[in-house]
Amino acid sequence: MPKRTDISSILVIGAGPIVIGQACEFDYSGTQAIKALKEEGYRVVLVNSNPATIMTDPDMADATYIEPITPEVVARIIEKERPDAVLPTMGGQTALNCALSLEKMGVFKKYGVTMIGADAEAIDKAEDRQKFRLAMDRIGLESARSGIAHNLDEAIAVLETTGLPAIIRPSFTLGGTGGGIAYNKAEFERIVREGLDASPTSEVLIEESLLGWKEFEMEVVRDRADNCIIVCSIENVDPMGVHTGDSITVAPALTLTDKEYQIMRSASIAVLREIGVETGGSNVQFAVNPADGRLIVIEMNPRVSRSSALASKATGFPIARIAAKLAVGYTLDELTNEITGATPASFEPTIDYVVTKIPRFAFEKFKGAENNLSTAMKSVGEVMAIGRSFAESMQKALRGLETGLDGFNRVVELEGVNRDLLTAALSKRTPDRILQVAQAFREGMTVEEIHDITFYDPWFLRQIEAIIAAEHQISNDGLPNDAAALRKLKAMGFSDKRLATLAVRSVGVAGGLGETQARRSGLLHDALRAMAGATSEAEVRELRRKLGVHPVFKRIDSCAAEFEAITPYMYSTYEAPSFGEAENEANPTDRRKIVILGGGPNRIGQGIEFDYCCCHACFALEEAGFETIMINCNPETVSTDYDTSDRLYFEPLTAEDVLEILRVEMSNGELVGVIVQFGGQTPLSLAQALEDEGIPILGTSPDAIDLAEDRERFARLVNKLKLKQPDNGIARSRDEARAVAARIDYPVLLRPSYVLGGRAMEIVDSEAQLDNYIATAVLVSGDSPVLIDQYLRDAIECDVDALCDGEQVEVAGVMQHIEEAGVHSGDSACTLPPYSLPPEIVEEMERQAKELALALNVVGLMNIQFAVKDGEVYLIEVNPRASRTVPFVAKAIGQPVAKIAARVMAGEKLATFPAFRRDLDYMAVKEAVFPFTKFPGSDPVLTPEMKSTGEVMGIDRNFAAAFYKSQLGAGVALPESGVLFVSVKDSDKPVIVPAIAALIEHGFTVIATGGTQQYLVEQGLPVERVRKVAEGQPHIVDRMIDGDVDLVFNTTEGWQSHIDSKSIRASALTSRIPYYTTAAASLAAAQAIVAINASQLEVRSLQDYYS
Amino acid sequence: MADPAFTSAQPTGATGCLVLADGTVVWGMGFGAAGEAVGEVCFNTAMTGYQEILTDPSYAAQIVTFTFPHIGNVGANTEDVESAVEGAVGCIVREEITPSSNFRSTQQFAEWMAEICKIGISGVDTRALTRRIRLSGAPNAVIAHSPDGEFDLPALLERARSWPGLEGMDLAQRVSREKQQAWEGGSWTLGSGYGSAEGDKLPHVVAIDYGSKDNIFRNLVKAGARVTVVPAKATQDEVMALKPDGVFLSNGPGDPAATGVYAVPVIKALLDADVPLFGICLGHQMLALATGAKTTKMHQGHRGANHPVKRLDSGVVEITSMNHGFAVDGATLPDSVEETHVSLFDGSNCGISIKGKKAFGVQYHPEASPGPQDSFYLFERFVGMLS
Repeated sequence: MPKRTDISSILVIGAGPIVIGQACEFDYSGTQAIKALKEEGYRVVLVNSNPATIMTDPDMADATYIEPITPEVVARIIEKERPDAVLPTMGGQTALNCALSLEKMGVFKKYGVTMIGADAEAIDKAEDRQKFRLAMDRIGLESARSGIAHNLDEAIAVLETTGLPAIIRPSFTLGGTGGGIAYNKAEFERIVREGLDASPTSEVLIEESLLGWKEFEMEVVRDRADNCIIVCSIENVDPMGVHTGDSITVAPALTLTDKEYQIMRSASIAVLREIGVETGGSNVQFAVNPADGRLIVIEMNPRVSRSSALASKATGFPIARIAAKLAVGYTLDELTNEITGATPASFEPTIDYVVTKIPRFAFEKFKGAENNLSTAMKSVGEVMAIGRSFAESMQKALRGLETGLDGFNRVVELEGVNRDLLTAALSKRTPDRILQVAQAFREGMTVEEIHDITFYDPWFLRQIEAIIAAEHQISNDGLPNDAAALRKLKAMGFSDKRLATLAVRSVGVAGGLGETQARRSGLLHDALRAMAGATSEAEVRELRRKLGVHPVFKRIDSCAAEFEAITPYMYSTYEAPSFGEAENEANPTDRRKIVILGGGPNRIGQGIEFDYCCCHACFALEEAGFETIMINCNPETVSTDYDTSDRLYFEPLTAEDVLEILRVEMSNGELVGVIVQFGGQTPLSLAQALEDEGIPILGTSPDAIDLAEDRERFARLVNKLKLKQPDNGIARSRDEARAVAARIDYPVLLRPSYVLGGRAMEIVDSEAQLDNYIATAVLVSGDSPVLIDQYLRDAIECDVDALCDGEQVEVAGVMQHIEEAGVHSGDSACTLPPYSLPPEIVEEMERQAKELALALNVVGLMNIQFAVKDGEVYLIEVNPRASRTVPFVAKAIGQPVAKIAARVMAGEKLATFPAFRRDLDYMAVKEAVFPFTKFPGSDPVLTPEMKSTGEVMGIDRNFAAAFYKSQLGAGVALPESGVLFVSVKDSDKPVIVPAIAALIEHGFTVIATGGTQQYLVEQGLPVERVRKVAEGQPHIVDRMIDGDVDLVFNTTEGWQSHIDSKSIRASALTSRIPYYTTAAASLAAAQAIVAINASQLEVRSLQDYYS
Repeated sequence: MADPAFTSAQPTGATGCLVLADGTVVWGMGFGAAGEAVGEVCFNTAMTGYQEILTDPSYAAQIVTFTFPHIGNVGANTEDVESAVEGAVGCIVREEITPSSNFRSTQQFAEWMAEICKIGISGVDTRALTRRIRLSGAPNAVIAHSPDGEFDLPALLERARSWPGLEGMDLAQRVSREKQQAWEGGSWTLGSGYGSAEGDKLPHVVAIDYGSKDNIFRNLVKAGARVTVVPAKATQDEVMALKPDGVFLSNGPGDPAATGVYAVPVIKALLDADVPLFGICLGHQMLALATGAKTTKMHQGHRGANHPVKRLDSGVVEITSMNHGFAVDGATLPDSVEETHVSLFDGSNCGISIKGKKAFGVQYHPEASPGPQDSFYLFERFVGMLS
């Protein structure tokens, strides 16, 4: 069937900010969809509040709305743009829920908008637990015994049929927020209550527990003619009980016979047909009883998903692109897979390798939260690795995670412990369980014993057992000195670093002595090296080179080499030579090439913003005529899409893996250089190893980057330039730290050196707090020193992003933070242009930025953070590389900042590009989005440690409206009236008075605790007193739980008041009450509430702003 | 790609090898039966169903290269067997065979291979081999497994070179049943295994066995037929004596032109007698030959469980299981024949029906096993035609 001609414009709804359960995979999907629709000549209108996405680049859609994704706002966009159709299946749960609401509101009907991809009925049938269950009954598929409850009494009635343990899943929530597994009645009641609160429809599904069953996913694509194909099967290594997003998974399924696989295949297709997903990709999840193969349908998602992104990257089948084409009427047989150029889209991909995904977690950021994995997703990112065997792909994934692993590193806490402790550790579903399994083998446990505790399939366990057995042999005998034996180890996925660690152990005759000696030079070292084969990563590399043991590169072609594929999408593997030498399919070209290193798995502090920059580097350098080569291992990203770069290597970002790729790429053509400054800390940390091997690094030199990060070197530069920094010092011990802090005077800001995202940063007010910090921070950063800064309390913080070509500097944007200095810049809201700074201060920051850029000889991007206090500008830090704010700045000023930077790095001059426009007649506000609801027990307060997962942008004519939109986009609907609760620290009391007065005048009732109430009353404001929690019930938290409070302003000073008020913030969070924990943000919120009438918010496209 | 005659020295510990007729030797670790066997090297891209593939008689005189690296994960069982007669002579896999993990497994894969006298080699870059087949066609070769690592390479090479190849080879006789048999098994369901045929008032299908997969008969039973299987060389009279309501022409190995020497006249006579006919794979090819069309040997063949086929009447796409190295040349189909299915890969013929007759055939394997079950409707269509 040809494409539809009855529609000419299509609204695509994005997924909004990056949150846990909804990350950059939806930028990847949406970007593919928009490109696919534009190719067909449709006018595409996009709404997405996330400025860090490629899809919101102004040259993607025809009209791009960076506006909050709420039904009311999207309705306004529809009213303005009058699209003929809406595609709601590319923006995750956010887009589906929004589309369902619009349908219910009658908006689609009113404006004649057709839903394409999935209609409201299908979405409802898939998402509504009860309807889904009935649908499964109709097609004879089994569901877990379960029932729906809308309150606790109903829930207890359901428990009769399911029994304990029971699984509680709230309806219509992202990544299973609010759900969990209950083992006893008390837990059951607690989780049900949380689930009812989390569900927008106050509905939970209670299910019989299938703990320990095997879990599978099928990625299905269907077209209008009812053709269905399975793109990929995925098997979870973690059995049922862990959210699939938090599970280690492999593709394809490895433990099913064809008969069982075909049952699942036919069932998946039957599910799509019954639910009525007309076209596009869907994901169906199954549980299988390992004892008898009994199959149970868990759920289906009638849209592209995290799993479909993984399946696309794993197979080379671009699900979102095809789904978009199917949505406008094509059928599968009419489409070609662009990746292979050889296979039709109607073909089921088959693969000849194993793909492993491992999630990455951030529990260390949320003190107080337990690291238990359950049915609510908690991971913040993931790594995918490809190998020719399970062992190879698993070990590549482990080192690609960048959590300090080189493979199955030892779990020191479990070394030599007794069986009971091992059993106890293995029985907990935690992020480290796979490592604990490996450790259990080292401790002598058997496959059967470990299976009985973990329910991991014995097949996977035996593979891990074999890896540990190989490790054991190396630890005893050292490394083999022949190519075949070494290649065999490498083919199991061992990294050079891991091999070195193990080999060194083989000479460890006297405990640690051998290892220490081995690392020294001299005769003893040489003797030990001879015994072990190699004693360091570099020596293993040398040994491999000597023996000619190198990986080869195979292509991901969706067809297991049955046809020739045109797109160079590759992974490495160690392959035995079959015809004289190992076959390498890389075929590097003779072109001038630039390698861009990506950012690896998403984590807090390094996510989509850096991937955005890497993508732009690819786009820009391709335009400039270079061949672009991307290396990355994050399956969610646009950077790992097949058409982002000319050549794509899906590989871990370690020195070893990158050097092997470069070795092959340099065998033909000219490597102009490698870009390490765009992907965050990950590629930067490889700069040294690349330089050591003589690899050219483009742009700002790694030495200049080091200078900026090295406290002492940087301080000298600052002095030379006569700039002002907060007083600071370095300490390598507790006593030194005490002395430095005493000299600077409290409060001070503490942090370990060389970190991203402010990990383990903290403001301390006293020596006792300092001692506590030292005790915990050293664990985080090993033996690196602690940095101590004077903390400029209540200073205004600013970010400046600038470009420099070594001669000329161009400031792209000056951003004023709304939260005061001390809150991590990634967690602060900020505005561009600054909303309250005098022009001379802005000019001074720009002047300093220019001086610094030239002094550091920056070629490319640079980010500088300043603090402004009492009219004085302090330099906080300089990062001569791409920063998290680059995409926001680019969207706010309408200039391709990252692209220009990449071209400057490749040698062009800034003067050849048009100057940036600085006189904006609008205001852009960036707001951070936090995952606190996913981490019960953590304190939702902003600190120097970054905790946000994503960001939104609000853009409008003035600050109040832009701020209002930024809040709405971040999921905070500011109330128009109601009860405001205020409790602020003394220094904030005078600051906040005008805001309180304005809100009272606007109709708010204000309540406050003791000190704050007294102060406000003294200022003549009618404020009611409410008890603090410590003052006994009924107190403020009771009122919040009762739904009596609509807005919270709560700032604290000092450790005690902070701890006292934790329950207030926690209640605000669980009761979904908008809350602000800084005075500046409270003022901004008040300003927005007073100025904005929500029903009159205007929507305007970026293209319109820029014109 | 290097192409040295015996220049690749035997690596230490190698216990298996594949000697191609051009002198290339691929080394690996032997498993399954020890010994040597000659055949054509083909590849199959299915990720599941190795047991079904290796017991499919259509693979007689073939050595299957599995493109998926881990084979043997789910062990072996007695149910996933497609025929008791000779199937593939051996297989080549990338990864070492692991102990099985599946509730249906009753035996380790390597033990099962040994028991049914099939030779395996692991540790081979199967992707390189597959690419070689894609580029230069399916080679003739000897697969050998010697637990003590001793190989007489010149003799193995001579055997590979002197093997005449599949073209012109009638293998159906070798794998067909020798005696007539009333078929009894029904289709498989999880938990209860295979069902059994019911009653004798059902339409009677006589199935000519050119090397059939059992799942075809099970599907005929499931569709409501009573099945009698007869040998490949059964004559028209022998077939008609069984009073068939319809005749089924099975899949099988080898060159359709060679088997067609004796089979096509029988098929022609059945056609002329207006007996309803349904052919699969080799049976389909010989049905086409019976109408005057031609068959050709393909460069690399189609073997996998993911091949899209388009039904020309409705435009519907079926994902099919395929295993053929010969194909009906669509351009040679006479006017009396309608092309009903084509491959979406290369447009090659995948189905025909004879105008004005109840006779049709498909090139692919609607019985699946292994593979997708999108095409079971064909069995219902056939049985539905029978009075």
